[in-house]
Amino acid sequence: MSEVLEPKKASAAGTVASAEPVYALMDQRPADMSNAESPLSRFRWQVSSSGKNVGVVARELALLGHFILRGNVANADFVKGAAEVLGVELPGTLKSNAKGNLVVRWLAPDEWLITVPGEQAFAIESNLRKRLTGHYSLVNVSGGQTLLVLSGADAVNVLRKSCHYDVHDRNFPVGKVVGTTFAKAQCVIRRAGQQEWELVIRRSFADYLAAWIQDAAQEYGFAVK
Amino acid sequence: MLHIFCPHCGEYREEEEFRCKGQAHIARPLDPEACSDEEWGHFMFFRQNTRGQHRELWVHSTGCRKHFNVIRNTVTYEIEKVYLVGTKPETEGAAS
Ligand SMILES: [Zn+2]
Repeated sequence: MSEVLEPKKASAAGTVASAEPVYALMDQRPADMSNAESPLSRFRWQVSSSGKNVGVVARELALLGHFILRGNVANADFVKGAAEVLGVELPGTLKSNAKGNLVVRWLAPDEWLITVPGEQAFAIESNLRKRLTGHYSLVNVSGGQTLLVLSGADAVNVLRKSCHYDVHDRNFPVGKVVGTTFAKAQCVIRRAGQQEWELVIRRSFADYLAAWIQDAAQEYGFAVK
Repeated sequence: MLHIFCPHCGEYREEEEFRCKGQAHIARPLDPEACSDEEWGHFMFFRQNTRGQHRELWVHSTGCRKHFNVIRNTVTYEIEKVYLVGTKPETEGAAS
């Protein structure tokens, strides 16, 4: 852990003197990441295909910074401030916005998931804290979940086998985000490209979902990046 | 499986994504300390067992994780209306 910045102390007992928000801001990413283990770092993938005829490729985007941002879209300054810091607007219902490696996913009418490269996480968190006003919440949830990307021509078939949500182009265009179930586990699915799907999965379900996916993908030719 | 419209996501989703949280429009007593045991017991445990239109609270638990109300017919299972918490549309024959 890096140094902890102390939250501002209330001046008199039980009362906060100024309107300044009180919060603890800390860099939750260790300076030395050499021993860092993502939820899937110990998973032993069994690939079925080497080189040709690979229909599905799985890739974990490990150790990213994940933040849950909550706030009211009726607060114009909150919306404007978030867009200034993130470089993209907060997306509307079932949508996502991306800029480089930063992706903002709509989760609920007052809730978004922001994923950023791990080494940028603290800077972005700090900048949001500095800029945002009003009644909002920003929580670092990086340790609780991970991102698994399925790509390839048959990735869509793995989704069809695993969740009941309609993943047809007509219903699930590129950029759309849905919270649904994948193999009975809660999952946030984003279509990142025509043949690319990002699954936000919980740490405790990561092993189970990886095993499910590699089983479901065997018949198409499965590889891991 | 029920096909349920989530008013927050704006889409129909499978029942598997939702949880039913029981009867809707149950107001928590503003001053629990002032309640008699009977009043508190009614708030905590007593529910209607409606035959027909029933107002229920549901949560989109694996989706947006928001609550909303539905009017569901307990005989046919048909969901006749979906509406936001904080509103209470009138419907003919609906249990209050
Ligand atoms: Zn929803």
